[in-house]
Amino acid sequence: MIWNREMECMPRDEMTRLQSERLVKLVEYVYNNVEFYRNRMDAHGVKPSDIHGIEDIVKLPYTTKDDLRDTYPFGLFAAPHSDIVRIHASSGTTGKATVVGYTQNDIDVWSECVARCMSMADVTKDDIIQIAYGYGLFTGGLGAHYGAERLGAMVVPMSTGNSKKLTTMMVDFGATAIACTPSYLLHLSEVLRDEGLIDKIKLKAAICGAEPWTDKMRHEIETRLNITAHDIYGLSEIMGPGVACDCKHHTGLHICEDHFYPEIIDPVTLEPVADGEVGELVFTTITKEGIPLIRYRTKDLTSITHEVCECGRTSARISRFKGRSDDMLIIRGVNVFPSQVEAALVEVEEVTPHYMMIVDRENNLDTLEIQVEIDVRYYTDEVKGIEKLTKKIATVIQQALGISAKIRLMGPNTLKRSEGKAVHVIDNRKLY
Amino acid sequence: MTAKQLSVFIENRRGRLGEVLKVLKDNNVNILSMSLADTTEYGLLRLIVNAPDHGRDVLLSAGFSSMITDILIVKVPHVAGSLQEILTIVAENNIDIEYMYGLSVEANDATIVVKTNELKRACEVLKKNKIDTMTEEEIEAL
Ligand SMILES: [Zn+2]
Repeated sequence: MIWNREMECMPRDEMTRLQSERLVKLVEYVYNNVEFYRNRMDAHGVKPSDIHGIEDIVKLPYTTKDDLRDTYPFGLFAAPHSDIVRIHASSGTTGKATVVGYTQNDIDVWSECVARCMSMADVTKDDIIQIAYGYGLFTGGLGAHYGAERLGAMVVPMSTGNSKKLTTMMVDFGATAIACTPSYLLHLSEVLRDEGLIDKIKLKAAICGAEPWTDKMRHEIETRLNITAHDIYGLSEIMGPGVACDCKHHTGLHICEDHFYPEIIDPVTLEPVADGEVGELVFTTITKEGIPLIRYRTKDLTSITHEVCECGRTSARISRFKGRSDDMLIIRGVNVFPSQVEAALVEVEEVTPHYMMIVDRENNLDTLEIQVEIDVRYYTDEVKGIEKLTKKIATVIQQALGISAKIRLMGPNTLKRSEGKAVHVIDNRKLY
Repeated sequence: MTAKQLSVFIENRRGRLGEVLKVLKDNNVNILSMSLADTTEYGLLRLIVNAPDHGRDVLLSAGFSSMITDILIVKVPHVAGSLQEILTIVAENNIDIEYMYGLSVEANDATIVVKTNELKRACEVLKKNKIDTMTEEEIEAL
């Protein structure tokens, strides 16, 4: 089903015209309302009057996550606080959160985009959908919730953390759709199987996102639960889930292009790359009011196509993600940077600065082990001393990352030192 | 009198214990007794050797976390209840034992290694109660 045929199937030249109009307005708006952008554009030697259409976007400077961090918390907001109706936040590299604000119109646009995505999975007002993303500062829960309400579906706000209750309600309510992370859904499929409930569920579709996954995982989910699973993409800086989603043909994720203008660039030269070539995904939020971003570098590596999809949508499609141009990891849906671990370990004097993060997936849940070398000066020959130290490091890491990690103490010089750029992460999940 | 124990932290990896023992062998450090406190992730190897300081140095230069721990080597006569008697005396004096393990068995008595964080007081208590301990020199002579 296509939720908004006018926008999603708009002829390419009309879309370009619409994007051009919106970009010109946006640049004018941010220049007049955000000091950061005014200074940045002045320094870059570009004025709003230089922007006549979408092709002029290349004249504009990029925005990065660092810019959001440097202007924490509200520095990039373009709307007055009285017009902001919601705040969301995600963790950043240095522990400082990235804060985003939404006007009522932004919330409406967001709901519209999520409704389009859920329609790609053929979810309609007749469906009963369980939202099993975390509710709160994280955009997943509330974002999916508002979108499903916009569709008119019956929404069950499960949030996360209670698989037993979720599976019971899935059966009792006859839930037909679910929105959650793909790894959590795989985990749920095992719970359902172990409880002998697979034949009792009425599930048809899943809208999964917030972490990278593979086609293999999708097939696994689809076979186990006898449903169709769809990949919804988004990031809080741009909006949250709903920026793009794949239709039943699974040939890339359709971008809500009338709101988010995509570019693919070479992450080193910052020059645009051609359709089909892999590069870093960049978005400009051409209709956003709360915190509009110009040429925001997502660090996600992908390729794009503007060909018309079999489903009839004309919107540009991005392929499944091919990795990150920085070293960010997504573990249990949470953004984790090795630099956060490094900064946390500096506070523990009993260990050396050498560490290794080992990410894996057991029973479809992400695991994180951090190997740390004990400083020989703090070596103890008592088990309780080692355990006390392990616990201390675990607490520091939990506070820094917001997720728990298993700490494994190592002897001195046992962790590999590499010449040049140190390797601090072994990701055994093979998600790209 | 206190004696020296050689302690080594080893992460649980196949062959790691063997590597430690090889370093000691190659440097002529003779092991008189050992105890291994192990968890699934690591082991704490405790060794009574003829040359503890030398042992620590060679292990450190081979890249192992090793250290010297001061311990007590207590003689336990071959009489039923003698170990219990010693432990009662220690407990009555409010001295906590961190760990202990057997060292050797002789004709008239056995020896055990005792680790406590109150070494000095433990020595005094044992002496007062006429319980023999072995000196470092005695160990090196073994
Ligand atoms: Zn399509």
